[in-house]
Amino acid sequence: MDYSQFLNMKEEISLITVILILFVVDLFIAPEEKSSCKKYPRGMGTLLPVVLLTIQTLINIVPSAPVEAFGGMYQYVPMQTIIKTVLNIGTIIVFLMAHEWLNREDTYFKRGEFYILTLSTLLGMYFMISAGHFLMFFIGLELASVPMAALAAFDKYRHHSAEAGAKYILTALFSSALLLFGISMLYGTIGTLYFSDMPAKLDGDMLQIMAFVFFFSGMGFKISLVPFHLWTADVYEGAPVVVTSYLSVISKGSAAFVLMTILIKVFAPMVAQWQEVLFWIITISITIANLFAIRQQNLKRFMAFSAISQAGYIMLGVISGSAQGMSALVYYILVYLVANLGAFAVISNIEQRSGKVEIDDYNGLYQTNPKLSFLMTLALFSLAGIPPFAGFFSKFYIFMAAFHSGFHLLVFIALINTIISLYYYLLIVKAMYINQNDAPIATFKSDVYAKTSFAICLVGIVGLGFVSIIYQAIDQLAFGM
Amino acid sequence: MNFLSLYIFIPLLMLVGLWLAKGLKTVRGVMVVGSSALLMLSIGLVIAYLSARHAGAAAEMLFRAEMMWYPSLHIAYSVGVDGISVAMLLLSSIIVFTGTFVSWRLKPLTKEYFLWFTLLAMGVFGFFISIDLFTMFMFYEVALIPMYLLIGVWGSGPKEYAAMKLTLMLMGGSALLLIGILGIFYGSGGTTMNILEIAKLHNIPLAQQCIWFPITFLGFGVLGALFPFHTWSPDGHASAPTAVSMLHAGVLMKLGGYGCFRVAMYLMPEAANQMGWIFLILTGISVVYGAFSACVQTDLKYINAYSSVSHCGLVLFALLMMNRAAATGAVLQMLSHGLTTALFFALIGMIYGRTHTRNINEMRGLMRIMPFLSVGFVLAGLANLGLPGFSGFVAEMTIFVGSFQHFDAFHRVLTIIACSSIVITAVYILRLIGKILYGTCTNKAHLKLSDATWEERLAVITLICCMAGLGLAPSWISHMISNSVGPIVSQLIP
Repeated sequence: MDYSQFLNMKEEISLITVILILFVVDLFIAPEEKSSCKKYPRGMGTLLPVVLLTIQTLINIVPSAPVEAFGGMYQYVPMQTIIKTVLNIGTIIVFLMAHEWLNREDTYFKRGEFYILTLSTLLGMYFMISAGHFLMFFIGLELASVPMAALAAFDKYRHHSAEAGAKYILTALFSSALLLFGISMLYGTIGTLYFSDMPAKLDGDMLQIMAFVFFFSGMGFKISLVPFHLWTADVYEGAPVVVTSYLSVISKGSAAFVLMTILIKVFAPMVAQWQEVLFWIITISITIANLFAIRQQNLKRFMAFSAISQAGYIMLGVISGSAQGMSALVYYILVYLVANLGAFAVISNIEQRSGKVEIDDYNGLYQTNPKLSFLMTLALFSLAGIPPFAGFFSKFYIFMAAFHSGFHLLVFIALINTIISLYYYLLIVKAMYINQNDAPIATFKSDVYAKTSFAICLVGIVGLGFVSIIYQAIDQLAFGM
Repeated sequence: MNFLSLYIFIPLLMLVGLWLAKGLKTVRGVMVVGSSALLMLSIGLVIAYLSARHAGAAAEMLFRAEMMWYPSLHIAYSVGVDGISVAMLLLSSIIVFTGTFVSWRLKPLTKEYFLWFTLLAMGVFGFFISIDLFTMFMFYEVALIPMYLLIGVWGSGPKEYAAMKLTLMLMGGSALLLIGILGIFYGSGGTTMNILEIAKLHNIPLAQQCIWFPITFLGFGVLGALFPFHTWSPDGHASAPTAVSMLHAGVLMKLGGYGCFRVAMYLMPEAANQMGWIFLILTGISVVYGAFSACVQTDLKYINAYSSVSHCGLVLFALLMMNRAAATGAVLQMLSHGLTTALFFALIGMIYGRTHTRNINEMRGLMRIMPFLSVGFVLAGLANLGLPGFSGFVAEMTIFVGSFQHFDAFHRVLTIIACSSIVITAVYILRLIGKILYGTCTNKAHLKLSDATWEERLAVITLICCMAGLGLAPSWISHMISNSVGPIVSQLIP
């Protein structure tokens, strides 16, 4: 075997290096469970993982020529660098957000585990993205889901967190089983699992359509599309906020991108069938999630339903199947990432300081914490697609891509839904600015890591739309059918 | 970068200045400097525009500048002005200038209030200078969203309900608009978002035009208070703080008319010819229905809001007549109504600030108590009902002369019906003035009220001078508008 082909996977190798370094460091400086010195808990700081991940991102930021390894099991195209960089940026923000939570008494001694688990899921997504074979893809998917369950149950002494972990692992396994069943049907009808060999042999046979439906259902669980969304609200509510934010952005974004590449690479001959399926899935995802979001009182559940409807919008890029759709999709994921993480950063910060996560608790927040409310407002406006914030641009482009591919009615339905979504996003803005409250959340100062995460999100929300070079860079590398 | 971009940069600098400002004085200082600079810029622009035209510049749009923004999507930052947009820019900067002085003593959170106010103004200016569909749409939405907070936080009455209703209805309109824009863009081949180039290509198939025209027209029409989508307007205007009502009724509603003309009708002329009659009927209803509704209201702001529905309906009505005189009248009406209604809302706000009631049955004999405001009120009323010497007369005259040039019964009958609104306007205006200004004051508390302060006088006098100026010497501006309306109308006439 030619071992030099490991070098073709430089992104994965460098990420594995980061994980190993963190593992070794954690091994040597991990504190005792009941450290007496509470003020300066020993153990790994937030700085080391953030710096290492930043270095890893910077090393790999320039896309290189397409390569493959292991006889096509691993396939790299330049577009993957972009999506991996996007995921890395999100992970860095999540790490920054996590600082305060991880310094709590019941978590600080296992903070090393948090980083290693998170980066393992990230590694899984990397493999999923770069897979050229369904087995490779499946391994990546599992690597991305199993540690995620551990993360959801990270606050294991809290009942909700443990429950969220259990729910997540059960649904993840169930969806993996469905997906695997679909893959096995494909193998049965075609006799190969290499992406590059499959399109030529697909002929829209009934069994292949069944295979696609199972495969898609499995992916639908990961992206949490309606009707596969039932785990989402409970897991989002139960898991620690930081994990929820990771789940809602990074995990979802990577799965959406992978779905699109597989639909383009593998299922291209069945385009009429999968577009039909996606049409209905998108319609109900956006509509039902929006209608449920209106009634939520808990902010984490609220964000869960908001995330489901955003996933529906992301799918608009998938359904178009064009290069324009792909660049709109990746751009949407990037913009959604900064906006959603911005909102979650505020929610997490407030939950750490005051333990409050109900929407009513946010009444009068502007009086006491104007900067946090301002960031939250911008993040929500961006999610709702209000200019001049980045969300407007990403929504416009994803609608444009879907419209270009002829889905006029679908764009119309999605647009009607943006009005509904605007309504519930404004409810939070209203709580912060307009509603009166006798005992609003007390004024507090965030630590420097949280502030850094706020700053990154703020720059992203305000700047991504105006700096067109980012979209152009994505657009150059996009590919479609 | 040419000097039109200053319309974006000055508000941007104002935003930064407000952001950094500490203390009320600095905030006011930033606003006064910024809004005066914008007013100067507009006056300079009018002079530059007129002299360029005088020197023989024949292009449809002057002072053009273009910078590719998203090349792969054919989106550019592209600016340029013709007579219509120059007039609208002038109007906007007058309203922003006076609006600053009207909200001089606004409390609480003055700084935040002006931040959102400036953002709103930036959207309006950006909209009028853009000739790229995407940029235009972006600025359009920038102008909408600050309304929610401005009404929700600083408004009065059922403000949360009104703010939400207004935002959602207008956003619904802009959702239609987005579809319409995408339809236009891909219908014309998907090669350019530039309005002038699309108009030159003139290649959207009729079948597609018939889908996208009504959608686009409705999208803009919601903001132009087109019946039956006008219901946000009375609630929104009644609850908004004074300066926001001024800006909203004075300028923002004009975005609707301007967009209908510049985008919907200009780019899809065949469909406009085929389907215009439907909207003509709707606007006819707007005109008469708005006027009748104003007659039975007892809240000052509701009266003016319904009067705005009626007058803005007249704008769309005249545009749909699709000839040069009527279209010129429509733009003049936008200008005139913008000034008049802003003055009205300013005065209503000032009176409300003193009497703490807007119910016309609770006020009487204000003329003796606050003579300055009352005289202003009378002048605003007379301008509103179209008294010669004020801008309203010029505009309505041009509109009806233009409308009557159609010889068929349908247009004639509609014109006559719309004309009747002048009479109804006179009814509610005179009733209003008689009720609250004259007679003897019965409320003891009202006797102690003071007249206008200096900044209020400044705002009122500025607006009255503009109205009278436009009414007494209308020819320069109506020439300017008429020349620019020409190319659009000639596209419309088959």
